[in-house]
Amino acid sequence: MTEAQPLLKVERLSKSFGTHQVLRNIDLAVEAGDVMCIVGPSGSGKSTLLRCLNYLETPDAGAVFLSGEPIGVKWRGNTLYEMSFNELAVQRQRMGMVFQSFNLFPHKTALENVIEAPIVVKRKKKPDAIAEATALLKKVGLAERAHYYPKQLSGGQQQRVAIARSLAMQPALMLFDEPTSALDPELVGEVLAVMRQLAEDGMTMVVVTHEMSFARDVADHLVFMDEGVIVEAGKPKDVLSHPRHARTKAFLARVI
Amino acid sequence: MGQSPTPSRPDIHATKPVPVRHPARWIGGAALFLFVFFFIRLLVTNENLQWPVVAHYMLSPEILKGLGRTLLLTFLAMIFGLAIGIVLAIMRLSSNPVFQAASWLWIWFFRGVPPLVQLVFWYNLALLIPNVSIGIPFGPQLWEGSTNLLITPFTAAILGLSLTESAYAAEMIRAGIQAINIGQTEAAATLGMTRAQILRRIILPQALRILIPPIGNDTISMLKFTSLVSVLALPDLLYSAQMIYSRTYQTIPLLIVATIWYLILSTVLTFAEHYIEHRLNGRPLALGAVFNSLFKSRFWSLRRQEARS
Repeated sequence: MTEAQPLLKVERLSKSFGTHQVLRNIDLAVEAGDVMCIVGPSGSGKSTLLRCLNYLETPDAGAVFLSGEPIGVKWRGNTLYEMSFNELAVQRQRMGMVFQSFNLFPHKTALENVIEAPIVVKRKKKPDAIAEATALLKKVGLAERAHYYPKQLSGGQQQRVAIARSLAMQPALMLFDEPTSALDPELVGEVLAVMRQLAEDGMTMVVVTHEMSFARDVADHLVFMDEGVIVEAGKPKDVLSHPRHARTKAFLARVI
Repeated sequence: MGQSPTPSRPDIHATKPVPVRHPARWIGGAALFLFVFFFIRLLVTNENLQWPVVAHYMLSPEILKGLGRTLLLTFLAMIFGLAIGIVLAIMRLSSNPVFQAASWLWIWFFRGVPPLVQLVFWYNLALLIPNVSIGIPFGPQLWEGSTNLLITPFTAAILGLSLTESAYAAEMIRAGIQAINIGQTEAAATLGMTRAQILRRIILPQALRILIPPIGNDTISMLKFTSLVSVLALPDLLYSAQMIYSRTYQTIPLLIVATIWYLILSTVLTFAEHYIEHRLNGRPLALGAVFNSLFKSRFWSLRRQEARS
């Protein structure tokens, strides 16, 4: 391929839960270094879309490509095979994910959370992993909390550890699933600040969020979803200031 | 009147209210105290208990040997039971229907058959299968021997006790694994961990923390279940006591010896369980805290701190 391909590409992705179709024919492309924010009302399918990108949910139809390589399936000759969980694990190393409910490992300290995957998955030496994890915790402003257990940390601190934990695998792409929705309002800012810094450092990010000001300031692309389809997409200030679609207008009127 | 205080009353801010009285607690306490008093008097004054005989046999070599065997049986049966239980629980939760069914059948059988029946059955295994061999199915045999050589009272006891335990442990461990939030698996998966790594590094360590109290409970049950092996004439704590009183006819004192030892062991196990629980929860360990946690009311503590600690 001579043409430069996007880092992440989604083609005609569909997903149903039972009879309820959550995603219909989604097409999406994210260039390396870009930040894409996905907004929309609850139940619009944005979280499911994000979870289909790393195959936490298996799409019913369509394909996801990371650097041109299909996710969750592989070609052998002209036959397409499903990947096993452990084959998928290799692909998932390249896509970090941050969850609404943090999902830190409660039996491990902040530092142990961050070094876990580098040691177990990448077989890094412990001193090296600790050095890198310490630098990451410093980056998210938690160097002094390295030896605290998750339950001893505030929600905002836990989410920042979760971000550091994902970064420790040096992913090509970071997925954020409503990272600030479970936080007390006064803790949202510290997490968004870390995400802003990441964006400035050039990390490719796909962020499902309700934080419109974050989307406006940080995103290169804004996608508005409703009822399983992408209703409108474009530059954030265009979509937010001059929504063309009635559903976008109605949603923005409610949240801004 | 308004807010002005009644002249005869002191200032409300300078006065401590009289605490609520609990007459029912006092009456109930006194009644129980009386009951306990009579019971202790019975223990002390009843000559048939023969306390000097109890004291004489408490540390006798025969009893201590039986005690050691009881402990060994408890320990081994729990280790094997839990090990098999973990495998069964994982089989039960696997997506392979053959594994699920096999695990279900095992649990159904070994939970359904009384351990006493199993002990006798295992001991008499030679009547069913006279010879045992190890080899490749439909291929050469590597080792062959008589079942009677293999099945001693001790191996029969371990088999019966640990297989029963494995069925209970499997259900318990399955519940423990299922109690771990799916988000833990998802977070580990997105970090690129494989199935086995997630299970070993993330799920099982958390499940085991939840399972410490029920495992402790099972261990205490097992301690008492081991007394069943007396039917196999295996000299555990109880059977050692029985052997002595069949010679000396001091039935009650020797049963008291066994009772006291069982109580001591289960007390030690209770403390050990609470100790491990405290350690795993990362709390500083003080004997006082462990002791308190044994007696705390979980129903009536309205104060949050008390309920939590």
